[in-house]
Amino acid sequence: MCSHCRARDARRACVAAFCATIALAACQREQRDLDPHVEPLAGQATPLSGLNPGEDRPAPIRSSNGAGFEKNAYAISEGQRLFAWFNCSGCHGNGGGGIGPALMDDVWRYGGSIEQIHASIAQGRPNGMPTFRDKIPDAEIWQLAAYVRALSGNVPKAAAPSRGETISVTPPLTRVPEQPPKPADSVSPER
Amino acid sequence: MPTDSAPTAHAGTADAWRPAKRGVRRCMRLRGAAFALAVTGTCAAAPIASIPPAASAKDDGSWTLAARDYASTRYSPLAEITAANVGTLHVESTFSLGSLRGEEAAPLVANGTMYVVTPFPNIVYALDLTRPGTPLKWKYEPKPDASAQGVACCDTVNRGGSLANGRLYFNTLDGDTIALDAEDGHEIWRTHLGDIRKGESLTMAPLAVNDKVLVGNSGGEFGVRGWLVALDAGDGHIVWKAFHTGPDADVLIGADFKPFYAFDRGKDLGVSSWPPDAWKIGGGSAWGWISFDPGSNLVYYGTSNPSPWNAEVRAGDNKWTAGLFARDADTGAARWFYQFSPHDLYDYDAVNESILLDLPVGGATRKVLVRAERNGYFYVIDRASGEVLSADAYGSVNSSQGVDLSTGRLRYAADKKPATGRIVREICPASPGGKDWNPSAFSPRTGLVYVPHLNLCMDWQTVPANYIAGTPYGGAIARMYAGPGGKRGELLAWDPVARKPVWKIEEDLPIWSAALATGGDLVFYGTMDGWFKAVDAHTGEVRWQFPTGSGIVGQPVSYRGPDGRQYVAVLSGVGGWAGAIVVGHLDARDTSAANGMVGATTDLPTKTEAGGMLYVFALPCT
Repeated sequence: MCSHCRARDARRACVAAFCATIALAACQREQRDLDPHVEPLAGQATPLSGLNPGEDRPAPIRSSNGAGFEKNAYAISEGQRLFAWFNCSGCHGNGGGGIGPALMDDVWRYGGSIEQIHASIAQGRPNGMPTFRDKIPDAEIWQLAAYVRALSGNVPKAAAPSRGETISVTPPLTRVPEQPPKPADSVSPER
Repeated sequence: MPTDSAPTAHAGTADAWRPAKRGVRRCMRLRGAAFALAVTGTCAAAPIASIPPAASAKDDGSWTLAARDYASTRYSPLAEITAANVGTLHVESTFSLGSLRGEEAAPLVANGTMYVVTPFPNIVYALDLTRPGTPLKWKYEPKPDASAQGVACCDTVNRGGSLANGRLYFNTLDGDTIALDAEDGHEIWRTHLGDIRKGESLTMAPLAVNDKVLVGNSGGEFGVRGWLVALDAGDGHIVWKAFHTGPDADVLIGADFKPFYAFDRGKDLGVSSWPPDAWKIGGGSAWGWISFDPGSNLVYYGTSNPSPWNAEVRAGDNKWTAGLFARDADTGAARWFYQFSPHDLYDYDAVNESILLDLPVGGATRKVLVRAERNGYFYVIDRASGEVLSADAYGSVNSSQGVDLSTGRLRYAADKKPATGRIVREICPASPGGKDWNPSAFSPRTGLVYVPHLNLCMDWQTVPANYIAGTPYGGAIARMYAGPGGKRGELLAWDPVARKPVWKIEEDLPIWSAALATGGDLVFYGTMDGWFKAVDAHTGEVRWQFPTGSGIVGQPVSYRGPDGRQYVAVLSGVGGWAGAIVVGHLDARDTSAANGMVGATTDLPTKTEAGGMLYVFALPCT
């Protein structure tokens, strides 16, 4: 560690190496993709049932880079902003719910993977969830879905926003315990 | 608080019979934090208020309107059940409502049949009271659009119907008013009024008046444009429609419109008291109660909060929101308007019930209406002119410092005014007000108004509001909690003549049920943990209580059965805004959930569970 680096140059090298290590580890967290391109998801990527009549199908397809959003601090932070902007908070509160269900617990009506959450936002759901496709740009729906994952502690703690800019109404998301969706609520692979 | 340091008398000491549970019948002491506070003496000998004869209901044992009579008293003259015998009251029959949402409706009774409207999907059950066990007579399913659940701000409730002309009139969440044949349940007409794509829903109980049915929309949290509609009772066509924002012509303001106060007068205030075009998405819905004075042919009803909650983006008084209209029942023409909360800052809807009374004031009898208003004041208003005769705080209020009776304006407290960049703490009352929708009762025998109300305060942050049709139009983060003293509910007996409390019962949980007063000098109400209680109308002593299966957020009624006996009926089934945490499985870690209500009800899921059930009580046969 740095305490052992006595020479000035050595110390510099040591600091640089340390920072490089951190940067490498956190590069996915730190990346700011201002124009994220996401491959459109095919319908079969987001099944809502764990039953496959007849023979098992191949595992649900994960989006090529959708999952990357939930590891990225910028995407989650943007999702947090958009969550209020698009009035998600009007129904889901700050994760505790209201008109719509809570999003900070481990219960998912329509699946808890980021692909399934993206699908719920884009398509809408029959008991009151509006269809936001064509209202919210697709990349922003992914950012929203990443933030929704963060509400239940299902993003890397290093990527979760530690506090919002508003009155404190929930525990910091960095302190929300990880609550993975139950198998029945998440058909697509989790990790 | 309008109370002084009065002696506290424990009233919850009577024995109550707890029926068989887990196979054991036993007596138990009444439990719960029910203490009657003797604040003043009784009001013996002094002249008391009475129900205007024209607005009272026939003493025929029926209960055909949510409030029973047009004066909205919720008073049943039936006197078989009294303080002396109520201890033997027992369950006579039950009926599962097949619903897991808040049961806010009043069961209606006429011609040996009981009618119950459920929350979404708004099923109507007709029960045959003439047969043992009161079996199902018919059932009607309107099959409303499931998407409507997404625009129901505060649980998918329904507050019941109206029985008139041999028909049952009621609303569906997705915006239809329906007339059914009360005898066989067949649909006579169905009129589509509300557009869920704009956030409109229907939750109120329509009122049948003369040959019309009056219906108002819900959606003050969605930026709807509020209205009240009169439908032809015969075929359901729209006879008149009065908007609550916009040009005078849309509001049905004409030559007859004579508000008492200057700040309610002026041309097209529904436009000019808003920033440009804001009135088009300005709220002012009419999801509450309507009273009717056949003597003057005027209907009285209030308008909801303006949209959005963020008041900074709607500079002006925001007419005609958060106020009370008097309108001609036949034409809809506005006669007067009074704005309780001009430029509402806190979601103080003005949709609470107006009880029409003939009230002794200063030696004369005045035709008035009285209201326990959401902004925390008990108003007495001349119902002919709209003059405020008095406005007294009936609970904890610090968001304002009274009402200026010379100008009629509420005096907002500057230190509690929300503003961007500022978190305002300890605003009392909170958004649901000193009292929310759940109506009071009045007994002409005691002259008292029985007010089931709240003791909640809140912290509030104003945030940007963004209008997207069909989604909430908010702009505030609130978190609520118990007000001073720590009890969240209170049943208050208020003397409208002396303008002060006579007794009160504190409840730990918010009270979200209506009150019922009977000729046996009892007052009935329910608690959110499921207790259905009968208290002495004179003293507030708890005389009987029964643990129903779920929290009570409904409207108790009393009627005479086909066998001549007096019955008391109530729907059990927690929900509504205050019960949202239970029925919506909300997460208590977010105190802002359900627009801040969750902060004040985090313990509710440990005290009750969802499940709608009708309970009917009677005395044992002798």
